[in-house]
Amino acid sequence: MEATITLRVDGEKHELTVDTRTTLLDALRDRLGVTSPKKGCDHGQCGACTVLVEGRRVLSCLTFAVAQEEAEVTTAAGLAGEGELHPVARAFVDNDGFQCGYCTPGQVCSAVGMLREAAEGWPSHVSGDLEGPVRLDDEEIRERMSGNLCRCGAYANIVAAIREAAE
Amino acid sequence: MRPFDYVRPAEASSAVATVAGDPGAAYIGGGTNLVDHMKLGIAAPTSLVDVRGLLSDRVEETPEGVLRVGAAVPNSDLAAHPEVRRRFPVLSQALLSGASGQLRNVATTGGNLLQRTRCVYFQNRAMPCNKREPGTGCAAVEGYGRYNAVLGTSEHCVATHPSDMAVALTALGARVRVLGPEGERTVDLPGLHRLPGDRPERDTVLEHGELITAVELPRLPLARRSAYRKVRDRASYAFALVSVAAALEVVEGTVTDVRVAFGGLAHAPWRALRAEEVLRGRAATEESFREAAEAELAGARTGPDNAFKVPLAVNTLAATLRGLTAEEARR
Ligand SMILES: Cc1cc2nc3c(=O)[nH]c(=O)nc-3n(C[C@H](O)[C@H](O)[C@H](O)COP(=O)(O)OP(=O)(O)OC[C@H]3O[C@@H](n4cnc5c(N)ncnc54)[C@H](O)[C@@H]3O)c2cc1C
Ligand code: SF4
Ligand code: FES
Ligand code: FES
Repeated sequence: MEATITLRVDGEKHELTVDTRTTLLDALRDRLGVTSPKKGCDHGQCGACTVLVEGRRVLSCLTFAVAQEEAEVTTAAGLAGEGELHPVARAFVDNDGFQCGYCTPGQVCSAVGMLREAAEGWPSHVSGDLEGPVRLDDEEIRERMSGNLCRCGAYANIVAAIREAAE
Repeated sequence: MRPFDYVRPAEASSAVATVAGDPGAAYIGGGTNLVDHMKLGIAAPTSLVDVRGLLSDRVEETPEGVLRVGAAVPNSDLAAHPEVRRRFPVLSQALLSGASGQLRNVATTGGNLLQRTRCVYFQNRAMPCNKREPGTGCAAVEGYGRYNAVLGTSEHCVATHPSDMAVALTALGARVRVLGPEGERTVDLPGLHRLPGDRPERDTVLEHGELITAVELPRLPLARRSAYRKVRDRASYAFALVSVAAALEVVEGTVTDVRVAFGGLAHAPWRALRAEEVLRGRAATEESFREAAEAELAGARTGPDNAFKVPLAVNTLAATLRGLTAEEARR
């Protein structure tokens, strides 16, 4: 079945008619040509498709486009300012936080969402005190980023990049 | 994937009427389980009724001091809620040990409770599975058995329930508010999830069309000292092999009150009433903790792949109670 929906992606409004079976990821990549979110597993297991919806990090492969009607979607490409990288993306470049780069747009979106969660004081599985302040040490960064796999194993530098961006 | 209609009704009553009146219709919350199943071809609804907009996404306290969690509250927000962290740490910890940041941001309280088993044969349409296709047999009994249940199994199904949140809610004695075509009802935890028996295709006691609207957490001062401990094959982003949700009160070295539930052991979150009984009035010692866990697991039925779960469950319960006792002593 088809549905006509409005998607707001990286500050632009698009009206499109989609088969209801189209995931947000496929709508972004195949219909709108927004290719920074990547398809890794397509089953919620790798994080390569991470985008921000209303500022929260989510997996675009596990939601149908029709369910994101009118939501504000931001992809890694949309994070950049005028001719300038987003500070988190900059930190990935400065710290060699990638090798092939396939997981990187998802990592960057996830890190941006995660830093906001930490700023709100959300605890994680490794936080000793659920009510204490959040200190983003390496263990916290690793836990909070565990939904983003890197097939190249660039983890050490990904953690370094996020540590730098968090400062 | 089978084509489907997608609707977003404004009222819970019309959502219920739609799903109850159409065997092919299904509710969708965050979609993190259902979309996956539709891709795998193990769920094929012809109509999806999105309920996020019509269910509460707030945590509110009733005049009786009950914490009422709307069924659309995302897992992340529930885990971070100040009252949950303060009054029910076991629930925050259980949620934070599950899935990933991205998934928790989207997964709803209602959907989490009704997520289906991660049994690898259930998820693979090429394999026989009584839960997916009643009467075809159970590939897990003779197959890969590391995640298989050890308590309350039947010859028809040995799958485990995957939710961490549900284990904490079971220890806390939470109540699930349900709206059906005949009106509202309340289902207590434990009691929502079934044991497989000869109907493994039914995960819960809910009828088709019944909508979870909220989860209620009754006052439980005991729960201020509570914890969730999850053992898994990797440090993060994996389902439990065994998990324990526990709350403990110790006065002068004696257990005065205790709540325990296990995850990873059965087709439903497992409230350990026998272990609780052994513990009440006993010295809060390693010996009592182990004895209680062993009593609970006395009826375990295991195979070569999952026999490890029995000592693992004993150790995990003992470690959880040891930690809570130490916490109590520090106060
Ligand atoms: C890679 C991965 C790892 C994961 N790891 C964990 C883990 O470690 N621990 C854990 O606990 N979970 C884990 N999960 C599962 C996750 O927690 C669930 O997918 C999620 O909680 C489901 O919530 P949802 O709102 O997305 O449900 P949906 O997918 O929307 O729905 C799930 C089911 O519930 C029904 N439903 C939804 N809402 C309602 C309602 N209000 N009333 C009645 N029926 C309803 C739907 O029809 C469907 O059958 C993992 C998932 C993935 C993909
Ligand atoms: S254990 Fe249950 S879910 Fe798994 S294959 Fe057997 S019947 Fe299916
Ligand atoms: S492509 Fe979405 S999580 Fe892997
Ligand atoms: S840089 Fe290659 S997958 Fe992460």
